[in-house]
Amino acid sequence: MNNILVIFKKQIIDTFKNKSILLQVILYPVITLVMEALVRPEGMPAHYYTKMFSAMYVGMTPLISMTSIIAEEKEKNTLRVLLMSNVKPWQYLTGIGAYVWVIFMFGTGVMATAIEPAHIPFYLLIMGLSAIVSIAIGACVGINAKNQMSATSQGSMVMLMLSFLPMLAMFNDGIAKVANFVYTQHVRAMLDEMSFSALKLDGAIIVAVNTILAVALFIAAYRKKGLE
Amino acid sequence: MIQCSGITKSFTDKKVLSGISFDIPDGQIFGLLGPSGAGKTTLIKILTGQLSFDDGSAMILQRNVRHLSGEDRKKIGIMMDQFGVYERLSCYDNLKIYAEIYGVPKERIMETLKLVGLEDSAKKPASSLSKGMLVRLQLARVFMISPDVIFLDEPTTGLDPVTQKQIHRIIMDKKKHGCTIFLTTHNMEEAAKLCDTVALLNEGVIVDRGAPEEICRRFNHQKKIVLHLKTGEDVELPHSKESADKIRELMEKESIETIHSSEPTLETVFLELTGRKLEEED
Ligand SMILES: Nc1ncnc2c1ncn2[C@@H]1O[C@H](COP(=O)(O)OP(=O)(O)O)[C@@H](O)[C@H]1O
Ligand SMILES: [Mg+2]
Repeated sequence: MNNILVIFKKQIIDTFKNKSILLQVILYPVITLVMEALVRPEGMPAHYYTKMFSAMYVGMTPLISMTSIIAEEKEKNTLRVLLMSNVKPWQYLTGIGAYVWVIFMFGTGVMATAIEPAHIPFYLLIMGLSAIVSIAIGACVGINAKNQMSATSQGSMVMLMLSFLPMLAMFNDGIAKVANFVYTQHVRAMLDEMSFSALKLDGAIIVAVNTILAVALFIAAYRKKGLE
Repeated sequence: MIQCSGITKSFTDKKVLSGISFDIPDGQIFGLLGPSGAGKTTLIKILTGQLSFDDGSAMILQRNVRHLSGEDRKKIGIMMDQFGVYERLSCYDNLKIYAEIYGVPKERIMETLKLVGLEDSAKKPASSLSKGMLVRLQLARVFMISPDVIFLDEPTTGLDPVTQKQIHRIIMDKKKHGCTIFLTTHNMEEAAKLCDTVALLNEGVIVDRGAPEEICRRFNHQKKIVLHLKTGEDVELPHSKESADKIRELMEKESIETIHSSEPTLETVFLELTGRKLEEED
């Protein structure tokens, strides 16, 4: 527990020095709030931007933050020194994951100021749960990548797929069929309705399967490569 | 106490270490001396349980290095040749992470920064430090946890002579506190000055070992008298009776500018044993 907390605290200190992570976290909420406030054509559904950007945000930010933190620590050898200091790999990943989740939920809280107060608990719940899937996927990519460069390019690919699929699905039926198997699509559907009734049984199964897959993939990647 | 016997290690088909054996008593500084690519880093990785090996056995603090526990690791300080420092964090925050992991009291952080002469840089981000300061920050991380055994992989390579001296002083200071120190270097002067015992490693084989003076004494046949003549010519004579007449003759002719005695050094011993120089010429 102590080690997890040490890793978490180290990341918090780093947040104020690492502009790229900070930017990742605040960019979407800020754009969302600005768009909601300024760009409102006639007949646009309520919270159009919040809903669209939230699905992208959850597919993108936790994943790429996780990936870039792990890849940097691998490349700079700081991770090796931690592991030699008897920090267990799971403690490290839990610390980093918890940190990414917390700052992501902070950004989500900012985004939530745009929606009706009654919907906020539901919104935070959906975002918080799906962020865990993204964090697990991000950890997979981080473990697999050889260095920061490949982590960024691999992470960006996965991330673009996850976050743009739901948006593209709105315009193209073929893409919508594929997107149906991806959790971010269902997150988007749920956010559309802002209620659990939007989550049909098949959707729930897909989100659950996505979670299990992400965790399984993560364990497989970890077993195969470890953290070195 | 570090003991190893018959350590052998190959990477795919390349043998990197063969039959490495030695004992290091508690409280000694042991130097592993060898040119780049000799296998020094590989041996440190093996002794600290970071790398598996094919044959032989190694014990450290009475533990088999294949099964080091978390508690054992707390007694072992390791500084490898790559930096493992959080560049954006300050020196203080870098050490604080490890102080918390090892349960070291907070006061030790500043104490240790003082020991390595970084107290004025405590608040500076590690990215702003010079190479020598970065090495001292790494040494601070190792020393702060008060380990019983310390491994330092080329602690002074690439540093200027003044910084090297500072680091030697810090290492000697730690020895006074009873630490056992294992260091690698390809600088023979450093090895001769710091180490109680050295082992000369060439292509994965220990070609000689012992106290630096003792090794050199065994190669006393290398001793020479070097006469620099006024003509600019150098004359090398064996360190023996036969040279007396020749020296007298040259002296009487007043043709000698200077006389030197040339003794064997770890460098010349290594050259004789392996035909190789320790330090690659640039
Ligand atoms: N992971 C590895 N895979 C294959 N060869 C390696 C590996 N690590 C080191 N070597 C080889 O082993 C030899 C010794 O390397 P090393 O221990 O780093 O030497 P030194 O530290 O004395 O410079 C070198 O020839 C190096 O290329
Ligand atoms: Mg080396």
